[in-house]
Order: sequence, then C-alpha cells, then structure tokens
Amino acid sequence: MNLFPLWNSLRIALISTVVVFFLGLFFAYYIAKLPRVLKGILDVILTLPLVLPPTVVGYLVLRLVGPRRVLGKFFLAAFGFTIPMTWWSAIIVTVVVIFPLMYRTARGAFESFDNTLMYSGQTLGLSNSFIFWRIRLPYCRQGILAGTVLAFARALGEYGATSMIAGYIPGHTATISTTVYALWKNNQDAEALKWVLVNIAISAVVLLAVNLLEKREKQKGVKA
Amino acid sequence: MALSVDIKKRLGNFELDVQFETAEGMLAILGASGCGKSMTLKCIAGIETPDEGRIVLDDVVLFDSEKHINLKPQKRKVGYLFQQYALFPNMTALQNIMCGVREGSKEEKRQKALEIIDRLHLNGCEDKKPSMLSGGQQQRCALARILVNEPQVLLLDEPFSALDAHLRFHTERQVENIIKDFGKTVLFVSHDRDEVFRLTDQIAVMEDGHFKAIGEKHAVFLDPSTMGGAILTGCKNISDAHVVGPNRVYAEDWDVELAVGEIPEDFRGIGIRMHDVHIVDGETSVTYEKENAFHCKVLGEIENPFSYSVMLRPDGKNGDRYILIDLEKPVWNQMRKEYLDVCLPKDKILLLK
Repeated sequence: MNLFPLWNSLRIALISTVVVFFLGLFFAYYIAKLPRVLKGILDVILTLPLVLPPTVVGYLVLRLVGPRRVLGKFFLAAFGFTIPMTWWSAIIVTVVVIFPLMYRTARGAFESFDNTLMYSGQTLGLSNSFIFWRIRLPYCRQGILAGTVLAFARALGEYGATSMIAGYIPGHTATISTTVYALWKNNQDAEALKWVLVNIAISAVVLLAVNLLEKREKQKGVKA
Repeated sequence: MALSVDIKKRLGNFELDVQFETAEGMLAILGASGCGKSMTLKCIAGIETPDEGRIVLDDVVLFDSEKHINLKPQKRKVGYLFQQYALFPNMTALQNIMCGVREGSKEEKRQKALEIIDRLHLNGCEDKKPSMLSGGQQQRCALARILVNEPQVLLLDEPFSALDAHLRFHTERQVENIIKDFGKTVLFVSHDRDEVFRLTDQIAVMEDGHFKAIGEKHAVFLDPSTMGGAILTGCKNISDAHVVGPNRVYAEDWDVELAVGEIPEDFRGIGIRMHDVHIVDGETSVTYEKENAFHCKVLGEIENPFSYSVMLRPDGKNGDRYILIDLEKPVWNQMRKEYLDVCLPKDKILLLK
C-alpha cells in the first residue's frame, strides 16, 4: 500500500490547521471590537464557507488563482508557476473551508472571557499581548482547543474543494479522501476500503484525544 | 499626594458628573448600586473613558479631554481592587503576585512577591490556584498583587461584598491595617453604610451619577442633606414635605405638621432616624416635649434579632407611610400597647433636599 495519500492528507490538514488557528484567533479577537453593523457583515462573510458546498468554495478559489485569473496571472508572471494541481493548493481551499469552525468557536470562547481580568491586567501594567497569550488564551483554552481539533478533523475529511483545485494525481496531490473516490471509481473496492478504515481510525483517535483532554481538564478543575 | 477628578460621562439616560479632590487618606463613596460609583473608579483607572473633563494624580495628568490626553491604564499607576478580585485563574497565587511586579528579573520579581506574601500572611498559599484559596486569602492575594505594583492611588470597589458576613468584620480590620501602611490616597466604594463609617473619615454620598454630599463622616451622617443621602446613611423614616410657615413643614407621607429648624433651599422632605424618635409617656419617657408630639396608633411590630421595630401612625391621620421606632426587646415586651405617645424632636429632624 502506497502511503503517500496518508502523508499528504496529514501535512495538508496540519498546515491548514496551524494557519487557521492564528487566523481564527486574530479575526475572533478583533472583530469582537468592531462596530455592530460592520461586525454583522463580516461575521456573515467569514461564516459563509461553513454552509456553502465545498465545490462552491473550490470554484470561487479557482476563479481567483486559476492561471488566467488575477492572482494566478500574477503568480505565473512573477514566479513562473501555476497554483492549481499542486499538493499545497489544497491548503488554500482547506483553510477557507475550515476557517469558520475555528473562528466561531474562538469567538464564542472569547465572549465568555471575564473582562475584569483584562482590566486588572492593564491596571497592573501588563502589556496587551501578555494579557492575550497568558491570560485570555489559557482562560478560553477549552473552546479554542475544541475549535482547533474540529478544524483539523474537518481538514482531514475535506474532499470537494480539494479535488477541484488539486485534482487527483497519485503520488502528487492524492489525499485520503480523493484516493477513496478514485479507487472506488476504478472498482478497486478492497483498496478503497483500506483507506476508508484508515480515515475512520484517524478521526476516531482525534475525537478520543479531545474527550480525554476534556476529562483531564475537568478533573483538574475539581481539584483546583 | 493628591487626586483631582472632574469628569462627565453619558450612558443612555444616565449621566455621570463628579468633581472632587482628595489628598492622602481614604475617601469613601457611598452609593446605591447603579449610581455610578464603580464607573467613577473605572474612569480614574482608564478602563472607561469620560466624555469630558480632567483627572490629575500627583501632578500627572491622566486624562484631559481638552488637551486630548488619555493615558493607558498601564501607565496610570492606579491600583484597582475588583469586587471579585480578578485573580488570574490559570496562575498560582505567587505567579499572580509576580505579575504585579513591574520591573526586575524573574528572580527579583519572585523575591518581591515572596516578601509581600510574608507581610500579608499568605504563606503556604504560594503554589495554590486562586480557586483553592479562601475568600479572605483571595482578597489579600489581590491586594498583594496591587501593592507590589506600587500604585499612587488605591481604588477599592466593594471589596467586602464577596465575603461571607461573618468573615467581613475580621477581614475589614486586616484591610484597614494594610491600607494604613499604604499611606497614600485610597478611594473606597461601597453601598454599606456601616462598613463605610467604620473604615473611613471622609465620605461622599453619591446618587444618580452626582455627589450629593461630601465631608467628614460624622457631619455627613448627622446631616446627609439629601433624601438619597438619608436613605444611604440608614435613615428609615423619610417623608416628602413642603413648607407651610416659618419653621413649619407639612410631612405628606405622615399627614402631620412639624416644627423644624432652619429650612434650606430646594427643600423636598424630612427624615428622622428610628432611635431619635422618643417615647414621651410611661416609664421609658426620656423627655417630655409638647412640640412635635403625637398620640400614635401601633400598626404592627417587626421582630429583629435584638429589638422590635414598631410601626406607628399619628391617630386620626391618613399618611401613606408609618413612622418606625426601634425598641429593645425587654422594653417593648413590657409595655406593648395599642397606642404610644411619641415625639419627633425638632433638632433631630433632618431637612432634606
């Protein structure tokens, strides 16, 4: 069994999750401070990928980075390569697709934050970045952790937008999900099943890890 | 060492408009919840921004709307003790206190924190998270964190309200000593008149976003000057009133005319404390005065732990409110009758705006 799809899926999911972790936190933190109307509009735009079919996201991203489109043209002219059909082009669409999961859970977590902690930190002279990383994030870690894991699990399962932008090139852009489809289409049912099982196993492990983490947090909470 | 505040801030229908100056020592702001006392502290700390005005602390301008000065909370050197203490829940007591030390290496910060832990008797709490500490320890931990920060002014926002009643008195004494050692300006906000009276010398009564009275505590309790002030300082008998003649007013809620002292401008009502209402008959008679004496019907009694509050209405009158009088249990148990003759001594009647 060629393990490339596993490796490719994991690196795409991991990199996308790291990117979305910071992007999601950034937007969740700063959008909460905006005036209400602007906040409402941005909120809709940023959450949209959650409810749109991944094919629509894939289509929109392609319109942006396709070789004959604005960004695509620029890249081709500046660096001499096209974006679609590379393994990392899948990261672009995956980031868009999983962003709302991180953004929304982080925002919910931030909303539960007790602002007097921030105020007391400020009056003590602590910098805003210290307050953010050392007080706000630890306080909200449950929600943020949950959001990160959900985003990762979703990234691992991303199919529609990925297949549109990165296609299915065995050994180059194949991920677990696109491999399952390709194998099934070619009547290689047994092979497809193997990858299905791999996928289920990874997802189950991830979810189990979350549950264990939460349990430990709770126990710590009781003792603390 | 002085703090000078002159600020205005609108929030919907509410308007905060306070002016005061205070030197070393403690000034208490006594007010009901929602009167703007916490908002005042937050404006001084820089957590909230006033619409206009000026805040100066020891010649440093913290806020000046005309000159567009608005120092960040980080730069104001203001120690703010929050009602729920606002300890960082993810850090130990020691880490919390180390957060308060502004300068030095990690080891120096640690040393400073350990010193104050010793001074405030927090030994043994170093490695505990705030949720493992008792209410009193949490409060001292928060105070320690503020004191190592070396603020120029201390703001205490209802510091005892989160404590159990039986702990409060004891904690109050500890805090009193800590504050005395601090030796700079302290603003103390509370709705509890007893607490305020015990802890401070200077009291400001706040109502609806405005200071209604400010001064030495005995003077303020003796003459709270406004209806709100009278309520806040614990006066139970209050009635709307209007002037009916020279030194005579009509108390609307009690339906009686009373002789009073000099009537101030903007006069709105009168008040008299429960213990200032005298019984003028029977064995407990203290004084006998014809003026402001009424034959009253006893409407009912409320049993307190150590006394009775007896509700009275002048006979034949149709007031909406009763006059309350406080009687020790044995006294009332012995006399308990349907009618009482009482006097509202002229010099004890508060004339309120």
